[in-house]
Amino acid sequence: MKSYDLLDLAVRNLRQSKLRNGLTTVGISVGVASLVAMLSLGVGLQQLATRRLAGSGMFDTVFVTSRQDFRGYDKDDDAKAPSPEKAPVVDEPARQNISKLANVTEVEPEMRVMGEIGYEGQMHFGFVTGLPLSARENEAFETLKGKFFSGNDADEVVILRDFAKELNEKDPNSLVGREVTLRYGERQALSADDSSRAGMAAQDTGNSGNSGDSYGFSVVRKTEQVKVVGIIDEEPYGGMRTVSRGRIFLPVGTMERLNMAQFTDMRSSLRGTDKNYMALMVRVKDPSKVQGVQNAIGKMGFRTFSMLDATKSLRRFFTVLDLFLGIFGSLALAVATLAIINTLVMAVLERRREIGVMKAIGASDGDVKKLFFTEAGAMGFFGGLLGVALGFAIGKAINIGTGFYLERHQLPAEPVWILPPWLIGAAIAFSIVVSLVAGLYPASRAAKLDPVQTLKYE
Amino acid sequence: MNSTARPRTRPAVRTENVCRHYQMGGNIIRAVDGISLEIEPGEFVALLGQSGSGKSTLLNLLAGLDRPTSGSVLVHGRDLAKMSSEELARYRRNDVGMVFQSFHLIPSMKVTENVELPMRFAEVDRTERAERVRESLERVGLAKRMDHRPSELSGGEQQRVSMARALANRPSILLADEPTGNLDSRTGEDILNLIRDVSLSLGMTVVMVTHERALAERFAQRLIFLADGKLQSQEVRA
Repeated sequence: MKSYDLLDLAVRNLRQSKLRNGLTTVGISVGVASLVAMLSLGVGLQQLATRRLAGSGMFDTVFVTSRQDFRGYDKDDDAKAPSPEKAPVVDEPARQNISKLANVTEVEPEMRVMGEIGYEGQMHFGFVTGLPLSARENEAFETLKGKFFSGNDADEVVILRDFAKELNEKDPNSLVGREVTLRYGERQALSADDSSRAGMAAQDTGNSGNSGDSYGFSVVRKTEQVKVVGIIDEEPYGGMRTVSRGRIFLPVGTMERLNMAQFTDMRSSLRGTDKNYMALMVRVKDPSKVQGVQNAIGKMGFRTFSMLDATKSLRRFFTVLDLFLGIFGSLALAVATLAIINTLVMAVLERRREIGVMKAIGASDGDVKKLFFTEAGAMGFFGGLLGVALGFAIGKAINIGTGFYLERHQLPAEPVWILPPWLIGAAIAFSIVVSLVAGLYPASRAAKLDPVQTLKYE
Repeated sequence: MNSTARPRTRPAVRTENVCRHYQMGGNIIRAVDGISLEIEPGEFVALLGQSGSGKSTLLNLLAGLDRPTSGSVLVHGRDLAKMSSEELARYRRNDVGMVFQSFHLIPSMKVTENVELPMRFAEVDRTERAERVRESLERVGLAKRMDHRPSELSGGEQQRVSMARALANRPSILLADEPTGNLDSRTGEDILNLIRDVSLSLGMTVVMVTHERALAERFAQRLIFLADGKLQSQEVRA
């Protein structure tokens, strides 16, 4: 029999008992819907997590620290590394070398100093943090009030909303565009006779510092007039910061130009090394290149960290989650399979005579089998279609529900449920395959019917 | 199988010592028990006998719906007993047409669709199917009832539809199992007239099972009497 005729006869037969076949199809669709809803939830949660992480600007960033610092977080990693004394420090030459690596677009030091902002005669203390220009892409700036820095050494400052409220309780937004005084500690080279001692020190330690202040330096209080250009709600790169929370943000270039004294300056002075950094933030052209850059920096002797490391376990988690969601979703479909078998077995019993007639006028066993198979497949197809639609509706409801809940908790609404196109296709295909498998038994039963027996009785 | 004994035309149907035995409980039922007969092409043969004489079982064997326990059934020289079930289906589809006592039309299908059904199995082109449906229905005189359902037709009309269906694939043999059994005598006669006309105009071989001897004598060229699964006697009419 030609496939057109098969399909035509199958659909015609299905329409013969609309209620029963309709109910079975709805049963399949409920199964498919639960599977779709579960799997889409998995996809949605995964995308939500990935989006959160991507928005944090961490996926294209490698954090570089010296193996001398931050020891003890990862004992295995420590054990593999050379002894701390031999590990290179993160200094200006290291920064230059890293910036020459392929696919690296920006290398900025992690800078954080103590400072004060003077506003209307009052001084307000806060940590000053340097931001590279690429920070503009960070999700923290989604809520930016005002503008971003106009350049990498502009005398401009962005402040945290909390801090702005401290400065001006009633109308923090009015600070945007105002000039304020920034008070900070400048790192100054020692005077000439101190420098001669520095030379001696170089002999002591074997270090040949090329800037005169590797032996020591002065910290001198300075002030600078800066303009508040923007206010943000959250600190960028919040999770990755090593020291306490920053409230005042300057362009990294400005901080370097003003030669602000760093925590690390004291340490490098004790060690008799040149000025070095707590950490470098290396921006990579493309998240897919992060691993390569990370390896290259690792070979230079530094410790690296990127979100790639964190997402490895995240991806594993989602694979397991998808598996479990899939299993739970499939349960309903398994029940639907039984419904298909039941419906078709009933149909075989009911249509015994019709099957006998068809055989008598020339249908082969194969034709009869294919006909029941097609009926099962058609129920699977329609059930799948309806199921995807139903699953889509359930998902929308979940999204609206969670959105409502999130909004009540002052959080931005985000879809936790996403139906990717491949899942639509896969769900319908799966529904058809499951239905065909369910049709195996009834179809072969129908094919085996003896026409003489079925035609014998009225 | 020795065909040298047949100098004249090859018979359309020939059975050789054909048996069909059933196992029922502990007993063996010999529904057909060693029947040998020959039917010439274009011949109209009636199988007569009491119920349980084995005439319907013999017809089912000729139709390829049932397989003999032993012996052979040769149709145009091909042994049905040796055919695969796929080959038998093809034989039923192309070489024989069947008419039943209770018509066996599919109630959910319109007249045209019932007639079209065997052509679906035979994979006849859709355009040709419409043509042949009309042709068959005209031949049985039902061209005006094409879009009705079987339940809307009288018994005689239903049997005509079933005739049209049997003719759809242009078979060479028509097998009729008590075609008049559910009809009044007037309508039954009409149907047998139709069968004879078709047989004559298309040169079809007809084997009809019946228990109405009078009708058989009027229409069939030869009467074959069965009893207890055995061939009892034959009677050739003019």
